[in-house]
Amino acid sequence: MSGAMIDVIVVGGGPAGVAAAVELRRRGVERVVLLDREPELGGATRHCSHSPFGTREFGRVYLGAAYGRRLAQEAGQAGVDVRLGHSVVRMLDGGRLEVASARGAETLSARRLMIATGARERPRADRLLPGDRPIGVVTTGTLQAYVAFHGLMPFRRPVILGSELVSLSAVLTCLTHGARPLALLESAPNPLARAPFAWFPRIAGVPFHCGAEVIDIRGADRVEAVAFRRSDGAVETLACDGVLLTGRFTPESALFRQSTIGVEAGSAGPAIDQDGRTADPMVFASGNILRAVETGGWAFREGRAVGRAIAADLARDAQIAPPVPVTFDPPVKLVVPGLLRRGAGSEPAFREFQLRFLRRARGRLSLALDGSEVWAGEGTFLPERRILVPIPPGAAEAGAVHVRFREAG
Amino acid sequence: MLHAQARPTPAPSLQEMFDVAIIGAGVVGCALARRFALAGAKVVLVEKGSDILSGASKANSAILHTGFDAPPGSLELELVKAGRAEYLDIRDSLGLPLVTTGALVCAWNEAEAAKLEAIAAQGRDNGVAGLRLLNAHEARAGMPALSPRLVAAIEVEGEHIIDPWSAPLAYLTQAVALGARFLRRAELIEGRFGGDWTLATSAGELRARAVVNAAGLYGDEVDRRLGFAPEFEIRPRKGQFVVLDKAAFPHVPRIVLPVPTEITKGVVVCPTAFGNVLIGPTAEEQEDRTRATVETDTLRALLKRGAEIVPALEGVPVTAVYAGLRPASEEKGYRIFARPESRAITLGGIRSTGLSAALGLAQHALQLHAAFEGPPLAPVGAPAVHLPNLAETRERDWQQPDHGEIVCHCELVTRREIEAAFESAVPPGDFGGLRRRTRAGMGRCQGFYCNARLAEMTRGRLAEPLAVGEDEEPGRS
Repeated sequence: MSGAMIDVIVVGGGPAGVAAAVELRRRGVERVVLLDREPELGGATRHCSHSPFGTREFGRVYLGAAYGRRLAQEAGQAGVDVRLGHSVVRMLDGGRLEVASARGAETLSARRLMIATGARERPRADRLLPGDRPIGVVTTGTLQAYVAFHGLMPFRRPVILGSELVSLSAVLTCLTHGARPLALLESAPNPLARAPFAWFPRIAGVPFHCGAEVIDIRGADRVEAVAFRRSDGAVETLACDGVLLTGRFTPESALFRQSTIGVEAGSAGPAIDQDGRTADPMVFASGNILRAVETGGWAFREGRAVGRAIAADLARDAQIAPPVPVTFDPPVKLVVPGLLRRGAGSEPAFREFQLRFLRRARGRLSLALDGSEVWAGEGTFLPERRILVPIPPGAAEAGAVHVRFREAG
Repeated sequence: MLHAQARPTPAPSLQEMFDVAIIGAGVVGCALARRFALAGAKVVLVEKGSDILSGASKANSAILHTGFDAPPGSLELELVKAGRAEYLDIRDSLGLPLVTTGALVCAWNEAEAAKLEAIAAQGRDNGVAGLRLLNAHEARAGMPALSPRLVAAIEVEGEHIIDPWSAPLAYLTQAVALGARFLRRAELIEGRFGGDWTLATSAGELRARAVVNAAGLYGDEVDRRLGFAPEFEIRPRKGQFVVLDKAAFPHVPRIVLPVPTEITKGVVVCPTAFGNVLIGPTAEEQEDRTRATVETDTLRALLKRGAEIVPALEGVPVTAVYAGLRPASEEKGYRIFARPESRAITLGGIRSTGLSAALGLAQHALQLHAAFEGPPLAPVGAPAVHLPNLAETRERDWQQPDHGEIVCHCELVTRREIEAAFESAVPPGDFGGLRRRTRAGMGRCQGFYCNARLAEMTRGRLAEPLAVGEDEEPGRS
């Protein structure tokens, strides 16, 4: 490559990454490189065959790979230097990236980095599921990649674990590709997603059990059976040929985990400030790496907003203040942004704190700046649902920012 | 016929007479095949599973032991030392890694600390150099992430980490280069001795002058099928392990060993050659020789124990979990028997030091064989075999151009590596075998991104395919 300095390298060609890269170019940033390890842009949208994408950002509906093609068109028109088949191996200090491509290893560097590597479902091992470790235990994303990219199926009679929205998508993928789910099991006492869990599985003819704990996965080579304990204590064994793990998304944040920046315990993503800037002022992040998981449209808007903030940051190029961490009480699971910086851009990328709860809780949620309450709300908060709290003007000037929760009763 | 290409090598004809038939392609069987082939013997390695390392050898802690804590004067000690020495001697030429971590035997209370002196003395009596008693401050200087609760430790300089799957593969590859035959999906059904051995297997009948039983978890059963009254009984001892994300690696530069008990070496925290951190194993007696299950509560307990030893491991995501069965017997030591009258050798009860001792066990078996085998064998030169490197400490294939594509991004496995594995002298027989040869799908996402691509790439090449096919009604039961 030429010796000209890259202004911004964006890592990840999903909605957030493409939106950021396009926005940077539109704001006059000269050299914007977008790296993605896959052969096409789109990220997770490429295999999500049941979710409509594009309504918010493009005013029309795209399915699966079509959305990625639209992103590629946007990136091309904006003059983004898109490099596919580039896998980022490591993030080094000073805006440098170690990259693997068909050419072998190389190191790229830029004035700013924007990491938008998205999220994925947690694998079987990380869920500590018991039993044998046969072939046929996969996640929804993997199932959809089998179907969308290769016309293959990993099983015919799976047991499905989980009750998030993606779990319903998983049921649909099975039913439309010749597989018959034998049961839908959720370990929590209630489904994690709202209706249609009340009626959809029943209509699809798939028994749905809440409070069901998997106690054994059997199979020498391929999955042969799943045993689970129902909420009434009875143990049921289903002969099956697969286990489909759905939901429990986690940020694909390995680049941060293995860097000096690190990740937050609650979100498993990097902490960012109101501009999407991490603890290292050269490194930004946006999209589902911040907090698994939001929709493609949400990630797109976040990417665009952080792209705008990076453009402003490049123009300013002044010393930036050290961040103030946003603290919070349990059972709040995460707060994004988790940092605030004094003197950051006048037009912040984030105007609201995004919160999630670990479990269902009823009580009073409030925001305190330097000890005094500036916002409060009462209610019942459900696990994994998005909660928005406005970031008041002047919050970035506070020396202490705390999200407080007082449980009722 | 998806299975067509995955069929085993056709059984050698009855006319072909082997010098040695080895039963079991675990690490010991692979080392035996190499040693006998190097000695000039015509070797057949008979394996029940679809691939090498289908039993006990696929799950261990990957430590190359010094023998510092082996029973003094035991054959096990002698063979661990011999095996280790030979590994260090040959590993460069075979392309096998050595991660020179050293180990710390850690005492977490005064009672354990009181035992350290005796352990160090035993280590020195065992002829192991590089042992040092350290106070907590000294020990933590070399590994600051160790819990401050540490009381004292012994440093064992020579304990190292190796790649537990590439090593046996290299041994067998070398044997195959010398003409050894590897027979998969060939369960020994019965052996008859009448001057020579006739072995009936599920893949056909074959004849051999001598037989070596390295059947691991089925060592006693194979002795029975060879017509012997077994002199030992296998009592499987399960070990569960947790593998942590690579983010844990910088915290664990050394092997952290507990003060051992009578039963087990205890829970170890150590790095792997692939840049992860391992916590395990447990030691659980069980009857079943086939199922090695993981259990949620046990895995949780291992994670807790790991974080007690190295607090920074708290909250690091789990990359993999696994369990293996050690072929322990009713006695602690190795159970080795030579039966010169029927030209048979049994290497049994190799319960937890098999990886370290394998090459030593092979040397020992060759000596036992020489004592009863008439015509001397004619040693041959070692053929050049260089395995692809999978260890993080050395250059990997993805760093070189023209590798095709990165198939597994977590472990940076290239298409060229996967193709090379299938085209190698000992190609993978099942998905586990492919994973062990290439690391594909073994990273933090456990195949979330690459499993479908691998299903496509491996179609028709594995005994149990990843995909069940695209038909509405699959042709399988």
